[in-house]
Order: sequence, then structure tokens, then C-alpha cells
Amino acid sequence: MDRRTVFNGRLLPVMLLLPQLLLTFFFFYWPAGEAVWSSLITQDAFGQGWVFVGVDNFVDLFTDPLYLDSIVRTVLFCVAVSVLSMGIALGLAVFADRSISGRGVYRTLLIWPYAIAPAMSAVLFLFVLNPRVGLLGRWLNHHGVAWDYTLNGAQAMLMVVSASAWKQVSYNFIFFLAGLQSIPRAVTEAARMDGAKGWHRFLTITFPLLAPTTFFLVVVNVVYAAFDTFGAIYALTQGGPGKDTETLVIKVFRDGVINQDIGSSSAQSVVLMAGVIAITAVQFRFMGRRTVS
Amino acid sequence: MRERPDFLAHGVLILGVLLFALPVWLVFAGSTQDSDAITRGELSLVPHLSNLSVYARVLTTRTMGTEPVWHMLLISFGMALAVAFGKIVISILSAYAVVFFRFPFRQVAFWLIFVTLMLPVEVRIIPTYAVMADFGLINTFTGLWVPLIASATATLLFRQVFTAIPDELVEAARIDGAGPLRFLWDIVLPVSGANIAALFVILFVLGWNQYLWPLLVATNQGLDTIVIGIVKMIGQETQTDWSAVMATTVLALLPPVLVVVLMQRWFVAGLTEGEK
Amino acid sequence: MATLELQGLRKSFGATQVLRQIDLSLVDGEMLVIVGASGCGKSTLLRLVAGLETPTEGRITIGGRDVTALDPSERDIAMVFQNYALYPHMSVFDNMAYGLRIRGLSRGEITRKVEEAAALLGLESLLTRKPRQLSGGQRQRVAMGRAIVRDPKLFLFDEPLSNLDAKLRVQMRAEIRRLQRRLGVTSLYVTHDQVEAMTLGDRLLILHEGTPAQLATPMEVFERPADTYVASFVGSPTMNFLAGRLVHDGTAVQLEAGPLIPLQGHRVGDTVTLGIRPEHLTLGGGDLTLAVDLIEPLGSETLVHGRVVGRDDDAITVKVPGVVGLVETVSVGVQADHAHVFDGVTGKRIDPVK
Repeated sequence: MDRRTVFNGRLLPVMLLLPQLLLTFFFFYWPAGEAVWSSLITQDAFGQGWVFVGVDNFVDLFTDPLYLDSIVRTVLFCVAVSVLSMGIALGLAVFADRSISGRGVYRTLLIWPYAIAPAMSAVLFLFVLNPRVGLLGRWLNHHGVAWDYTLNGAQAMLMVVSASAWKQVSYNFIFFLAGLQSIPRAVTEAARMDGAKGWHRFLTITFPLLAPTTFFLVVVNVVYAAFDTFGAIYALTQGGPGKDTETLVIKVFRDGVINQDIGSSSAQSVVLMAGVIAITAVQFRFMGRRTVS
Repeated sequence: MRERPDFLAHGVLILGVLLFALPVWLVFAGSTQDSDAITRGELSLVPHLSNLSVYARVLTTRTMGTEPVWHMLLISFGMALAVAFGKIVISILSAYAVVFFRFPFRQVAFWLIFVTLMLPVEVRIIPTYAVMADFGLINTFTGLWVPLIASATATLLFRQVFTAIPDELVEAARIDGAGPLRFLWDIVLPVSGANIAALFVILFVLGWNQYLWPLLVATNQGLDTIVIGIVKMIGQETQTDWSAVMATTVLALLPPVLVVVLMQRWFVAGLTEGEK
Repeated sequence: MATLELQGLRKSFGATQVLRQIDLSLVDGEMLVIVGASGCGKSTLLRLVAGLETPTEGRITIGGRDVTALDPSERDIAMVFQNYALYPHMSVFDNMAYGLRIRGLSRGEITRKVEEAAALLGLESLLTRKPRQLSGGQRQRVAMGRAIVRDPKLFLFDEPLSNLDAKLRVQMRAEIRRLQRRLGVTSLYVTHDQVEAMTLGDRLLILHEGTPAQLATPMEVFERPADTYVASFVGSPTMNFLAGRLVHDGTAVQLEAGPLIPLQGHRVGDTVTLGIRPEHLTLGGGDLTLAVDLIEPLGSETLVHGRVVGRDDDAITVKVPGVVGLVETVSVGVQADHAHVFDGVTGKRIDPVK
């Protein structure tokens, strides 16, 4: 990675780095450090003093059935969102990669939802599936399905999974299509001459060759589902009904910002950090590179 | 040789297109319908094009107690542009320093930036709020964007782009008498134009779509972004002015979608480039 | 226009010595070609002169001014790169004008200089094009133009022709030579191509593992190579080497392959390597018997490759005029007055004692 030719100077590069380093320090390292610190102490009721309690906050956290539920829920949520959005995206990409007329138009019409915020995706789903005003929600109720995600936890989960996955399809589509297009034509042609047909050719040739893309997308989708869907869930259900759609990030927000339980929410933040670090480590172990997402 | 059209492919792709387009169409159609009718459950897919005046109404007046849409759009534009430009500028500067200079702690500096990949906003919600309060940035426009512009991913991307600039180009410029800042401005920036454009699209959308951050640091209604505003609107169960909400939704979707569609070429290449 | 002096120049990267000891002096207007295999340090030498690397030891003087510590832009030099290094986003005009603009020349003066250089290189009609719209040869000319407009004291060429196809290379080679003569700018030219070196240089510096092997005119290098490395590097096909021993008071070589080759004059030494170019061997003559591997007709000449019968390590190439029919073994004669004698251990040339 090192260049042969560089410019001389010590002060200039430091000045160039300074803005980024200052922001990084004040808005990343400092708060992260504070999170770790607050997770190890407990403040008295008046916020006047503090006591060092070691891992007590973590012990409390991991013995709290509500937190464990939230972990399980988040894992299920991530799996559902990733599978759904990647599956639909792969299907669309495979057909968009065929030499059909109007490919460019299809591509544009499938790419634009990248621009939609998770929270906006939730708003759109509300208009479709709200039991009272939503077009489809009303239709379901009219036809004997008791559909109301504001009361039914399972339906609420289905709703936030769909809204979150829907928004992410186009991102996955872009990458799957790029992945498919980078498979050398000669390879698929060779497979064709070897007699591999349709579905079988896809399973034995195309899909294995897409493995790097797929792996990359799994990581991106899990991170997306775990963190970026805050807007979608919060806008639709605020984690409810009850705690039925309360993922870890929603819980941190509810406990910390709304209920002001600093010790527990700091411990939760630290756990989340550990999670991201683990995911990133896995990614770099197997991928080496990363893109802007 | 004329082949039979691939009906299966067209069918699947049209279904996909509809999956995305229908909800948006529904919202557009709803925005032109009567709010009371929608409340009664009479939302339909047929727009009443004579009622487009709702757009003028939500743009200029406070509907449902929020700021007028023009104001929220302004805040969103300001935030998205500031985040995109801010990230691009400071990431270019730091990547340039790391790639084109040798100085002590160069690798340390790079790693310090790199590690922040692992600390997204969502995992440091509470302590970041405390830091923001210390700086007096709560409920300020500065607070909406400045803390967001540190960027490990953009720095990584620019490092990759700059590393690919041939050594000979640097040497030719040095012999021509260009100093480091001149080389950055005259050569590096123009040569990286396509990457900057791609990153701009991605970061503009990222900035526009922020939800948790403004929710956290700006409770002042005057700083509501359009996304925040809409979620506030739908949160009010009673007396919802549905056509206003839907018109606002359409207006909120338009800018980022336009940016993505119009700059599709750069955006797709830029997004997948780092990966491939 | 200026002289160039290198005194005791050394360069190490970490523990690796890339250049060991270079002393060199170019007169005004001279074109010196630095030639050697890849990794011999020739590019490093050029980059030291350019100021893109700092010497570990030694002094560089251009036109009597010590430039060792100066930045490239302060040395009044211009460089032509192997991959041209044109600024991809700038037009041909802007590529040539960039250095002048930085130096703060007036707009009128820049236009005049660029147009002058463009006329010299036949680039007038291409001034508004971008580099990607140009052919390889045209890019090469723009790179030359960028060097010329600056009116530098010294031209540096870093393998400027190696990205061109064979035909264009011959053409550009002649053009560079004409241009350099006409402008009279002192030049250093780095190449790994011995034909380029022979045709372009007023003198050659042959580098071998960071040390100068020989510094001389092209003809002298060809006719009196300083050691076996230089001898094998210059001339095509490459010189034949046969192991032997000086006998008869140093007036003949007893080859291990058998025959006794009488020499002119007498030399001092023991084991030697006899070097003889393919064109100085004749078919018939009976010094050596060759088992023929391959016969390559080149049109006006023919190359005969083979091995000395009974000595598989002694590969020999003979170049003869005309056509040679298929044969299995031939007898080969050595033109002894064209033979070169090198020390069998050090590889250094052994000349007759006067």
C-alpha cells in the first residue's frame, strides 16, 4: 500500500488529519469510553455520587429475562430481514441479468428505493397495512382476517420485518446484479456446454461464484437489521405492542433516553459495541475489504 | 435470429417493480383524496388530480401542528448537504495525509479513524448525548451534522482511490513544481471526480435518512427534519389529516430518490466498486 | 543547457545497497544512456538526479550548482516517464502548460511556448484533446512536449519507449535523437534495451548490480567490452563464451573444448574466458565441431545454434550470411583477431601487453 513518491512535511499532514481526528475523538472515543465507564458504576438516586460496581450492571443485564428475550428477538428479526430482502433481491437480480429488452429501465425502477429511509418505509407500510385506513389492512379485516398490528404482537413483528426488508431489497439487488455481471461469460458458457441447465446451473455454478457477494451482503444486512432499522420499528410500533418488537437498539433507546436508566443502558451500549466489533472482525477475517454503506 | 421474449423474466421483474411502486403510488393517490374519506376507510388507488392543491397547502402551512413542509425540507436539505460535504471534505483531507505523506504515527492515526467503523451511533446513544450536552450542541443545527461527519468508510474509500493514483503522476507534478496542496487541488480532486460524485449520492441519502440522531439531539420543533416530522404526524392517532400526511410523505421521498435516479451511473459504480 | 556531475553517489534502501559508487560527468549537450538489466539501479540513479530520491551519500551538480538538497521543481530539469504520466483530466495544451503556470509565466508566454513545442512535435492539431483520445505515440510526444516547453537544463528519460510497439519505437527513437541534437539539451536516458542504448547514446553507462561496469562510447563498448557482463549485454545474438587457459607465453588460448586459438599480442593471465561474437565465427575452418540444435533463417543471414560436440555446456551461436541447408554437425572456425579475452575468475577484459 505504500507509495514510492510522497511529499515532504510533517506539519501539513497533521493539520489535514486534525479535523477528522478531533471529531473522532469527541464523538466516538470519548462517548465510547464514557459508556464503558458508566457501565461499571452506579449513580446514587440524586446523581451526586457514584459507586464502582464492576460487572454488576452486566450481570443484571444478562439475568434479566426481558433482555434475553430482546436478544433472541433481535436475532430472529435479523435473520428474517436478511433472508427476506436478500432472497427477493437475488431473484430479481437473476432475471435482471438476463438479456431482455428494457433491462436499463427495470434496473432504475428497482434501484430507486435505495433512497428511502427505514422510517419512511415504515410510513409507506402503514398506509398499506394500517387496519383502519390502509388499503390492504382494511381488505384483510373485511375478509375475516383479524389484522391489527397495533394489538397483535406477531402481526407487529411481521409488519416491521416486511417494512425493514422491503427497503433493503434494492441495496442487495445492486450488489447481486454487480456480482452476477462480474461472473465471466465463458464460465457459464462452459457450464452450458457441459450440459448444466437452468436451476441446476444456477445452484452449481452461479450461486457458488456469488459467494463473496453473498457473504458480504449477509454481514451488511445483519448490521442493517440490528441497527439501522431503529427508524422503521420506532415509527411503526415504538417496540410494541408490549415489548413484542423491542429489538436491542429500541431497548437501549427506551431504557436510556426515555426511562433514564444510565447504568443499564450503558451496559447495553457496551454489549452492542462488542457485537459490532465481533461482526466487523468476522467480516475482515473472511473478506479483508469493506465498502461504503 | 429473433428470440421469443423472455416472458418469465419480464413477469418477475414487473412484479418486483410493482412491489416498490405500488405503495408509493397509493400514497400519491391518497394525498389527493379527502382526509375524512380516508379516515372512514375509503382510500383508493385512483388519484383525484384536481386536488393537487394539497401540496401547496402542506408546503406553506402548518398542518397537524408541525412546521410547514418547506421548513422541514430545508432542515433536511441542510443536514443532508452538510453531512455529505462534511464527510467528503474531512475524509479527503485525512486520506490525502495518510497516502501522500510519511510522518510519525501515520499508521496510528489511520487505525484510530478505522476503528470507528465499529462504533455506529446506535451503540453509543446515551453517552453521545451527554457529550453533545457538554458541548452545548443539543437543539442546534450544528449538532445535527457536525458529529456525523467523521467517517471511517469514506476515508477508507478515498485512501483506496488515492493509492491507485500512479506514482509517476505525483512525480511529474513534483517536477512541474506542484506542492502538496496544489497537487491535491489540481490533480487529485479532478482525477477522483467520479468517486466523489458516487460518494456524494450515498452520503446525501444517508444524511437525508437520519432518524435516530435528530430524534436524540434536537427536540426543538424548529429543527425537525422531514422524516422526523412525518413520523410525528402519523403518531397522532386522532384527527389525522391523512391527505396532508401523504402529500408530505411524497415530498419527503422525492429529493433522495431524484438524487439516486439522476446520478444512478456514478452511484452504482461507486457503491459496488469498493466491494469488487 | 548545462553540465551534470555526480560525485561518489550511493543509495541504500534499508540494508540493501542499490547504487554503490557512481562518479559521472556529462558535458554540455551530451546524451548519456544508462543501460542494464532490471534491478541494476538505473532507475534509482535517474530518480536521484531528478530529486525524487535522496542520495545516501554523494553530490549532484547541475550546471555547476549543487542541487543535492533541492526539490525536483528547483533543479530545472524535465522528465519523460515510461507510462507518460500525463494528467488524465487535462487537455494536451494544459498538460504542457501546467508547469509553466505554476512558475507564474504570463498567459501570452505560455501560449507561445506551448505552441512552439507543439509545432516541433507535430501536435498542433491535438492541443484540445484529452490524453485518453490520443494514440500511444501521440501521448509519448505530449510527454516530450511537456519536457521541452520548460526549457530545462537537463532532460531525464525513464524508459520512454518501452510502452510502444516495435515499429513506433524505432520511429520515436530516431525522433528523440533528432530532437535532443537540435535542442542541445544535456540528457540522461535510462533503458534496458541495448539497441536503444547503442543508437541513442553519445556514451553509455552500463550498470551491473549498482556498480558501473563500463562507461564509454557505444562503439567502444561493442568493440572493447570491459567484462563478460558488458560483452554479453551488448550485441545480438549475444557473444559466445568458451572456457580456456592462456598458453605459449600468453599468445594463445588452449580451449577446454580442444583447439588452440592463437592470439595477437601477448597477454598476462591464467584461466580465461574467450569471447567471440556469432558474426566472427565461420562455417568450415575446423576449430570446433558443432552438433546443430536449430537453424534460424533471418532472410539475409542465418543463425546456427548448437553445442560443441562432446561438451553439452558449451552452447554456440554462429551468424553467417546467406542460407544454410539442414545439417547435423558443422565445423566452425574462430576469427582469432576478433576474439576477446576475459579473466576466467573476475570476468575482466585482458588486453595484450604493449
